[in-house]
Amino acid sequence: MSAGTSKIDVTVTDVIPVNDLVKRFHFRRTDGAILPTFSGGAHVVVEMRDDDRTRLNPYSLMSSPLDTTDYTISVRRDDVGRGGSLFMHNRVKPGQRMVISNPVNLFSLDLRAKKHLMIAGGIGITPFMAQTSQLAGEGGNFELHYTCRTQALGTYADVLQARYGRRIHLYHDDRNEKLPLEKLLSSQPLGTHLYICGPAGMIDWVRRTAAEAGWPSETVHYEHFAAPQPGKPFDVKLAVSGKQIRVGEQQSLLEAIEAAGVDPPYLCRGGVCGQCETNVVSYDGKFLHNDHWLSEEEHRSGCKIMPCVSRFEGKSLVLER
Amino acid sequence: MTAKTILSRPVYGTLSPQQGKHHLFIADAEGAAAILDMTKTAPAGFFTNAHIMFVPGNTGAKYVEPLKQLQPAQFYEGPSIASALPRLRQTLATAHMGLRVYLSGTEGLIGQAMQVALEAGIDHTSIQTEQRGSLARRVQCVHCKGITENVTTQPATCSHCGLLLLVRDHYSRRIAAFQGVCINAEDPTENPPKEEIFR
Repeated sequence: MSAGTSKIDVTVTDVIPVNDLVKRFHFRRTDGAILPTFSGGAHVVVEMRDDDRTRLNPYSLMSSPLDTTDYTISVRRDDVGRGGSLFMHNRVKPGQRMVISNPVNLFSLDLRAKKHLMIAGGIGITPFMAQTSQLAGEGGNFELHYTCRTQALGTYADVLQARYGRRIHLYHDDRNEKLPLEKLLSSQPLGTHLYICGPAGMIDWVRRTAAEAGWPSETVHYEHFAAPQPGKPFDVKLAVSGKQIRVGEQQSLLEAIEAAGVDPPYLCRGGVCGQCETNVVSYDGKFLHNDHWLSEEEHRSGCKIMPCVSRFEGKSLVLER
Repeated sequence: MTAKTILSRPVYGTLSPQQGKHHLFIADAEGAAAILDMTKTAPAGFFTNAHIMFVPGNTGAKYVEPLKQLQPAQFYEGPSIASALPRLRQTLATAHMGLRVYLSGTEGLIGQAMQVALEAGIDHTSIQTEQRGSLARRVQCVHCKGITENVTTQPATCSHCGLLLLVRDHYSRRIAAFQGVCINAEDPTENPPKEEIFR
């Protein structure tokens, strides 16, 4: 079970197609009570009972933190992914009961900032929907730059422009509009914090450009949940619980551990929060580290693995679980 | 370098050149030597985008010329920390991201300049600091809240209410001062000898 969070029984109250790729889901508590308070940037882990397997995917809350009668997430369909987003798109209907985790925030606003500069790419817009609602409610100073492939795929761009007008800046790939990043970063007043959510390549580009422009790392915040990568099946021995498990092609190591009845802690399931960090007892083979949590040194040491996104290839692997 | 005693006690490092568009140095007295030492590791042309604010204090003219020879874009020489702070506040109010801040010299200078920088929205962990010269402390009397500058003795007399204070390592970043607590509250006639320990 997810560390430090309890689960919430919810009912899907609405499923709304937003564009060709994105659907929006509304949840209310099944018992009719108010949902827990959260802050902009928080996510919930949604449990999907997909026949014989349980999928657990993290999605950013995009509804306003000022209104917790309802939680809203937006899911971008990934036809070649592992199936979580397809389950949400094809199988989840209004009236259905589901289980979600309490909200967890790994991408919170630094409220000491004088100004918040947000950069979103594609579906990376969702945490900013909640963050802008929160800041607008407090009269906070923010500016959002949003890159999307086409106008039609600029999810919620119209909503944001209607709400915040000139604070929203859009860039469409198909019109060859480029985000003038260097100029944007060098013109920000002292005390600005930068927030980035989008594809890994965009996050790397913005972080690198900001570092070169002299932005201290403390002022640069980003969120990228890596989906677990499929790979060759491998066998693992769990030393503490004395179990021998097999990790399937489409399964993550964390999912295989959970399927064996062991309850390791987790929060993000995307290789960023560090909660599921696991000690390696012994191994003979090669680690395929996909996380953003462990240092390169720790990756090389062979002593630790993040089972939510990382895999293994080789003869044997024994973990302290 | 100062030893870490309790969590709030600031620990200083060694100035090193950071990646940035502009560089703002604030130093007093021997703090100038920290800037001059940093030139050994600074890339060529580093000071063309630098602004140096310097309060010579008891070092007189010793460091002024060597600092000017670094040819910073701007050089300011001030008679006291108090006179330099409003200028610093004004500089930061119009500055942009990409400005890096370097503080060197006494703890009083570092603490007060950092206090202004924090108000301007700079995170304290992104500010370079190096302590040089006198270890004199800026002390707040926890009883009357008055601040006494340049405290070198333990215990010290509060310059506002006159209480005899034990100078603690407990530091407030918000007010840029160490905390002084009455040392003889039980018996005011008790008068422990003063020793000069923050020279």
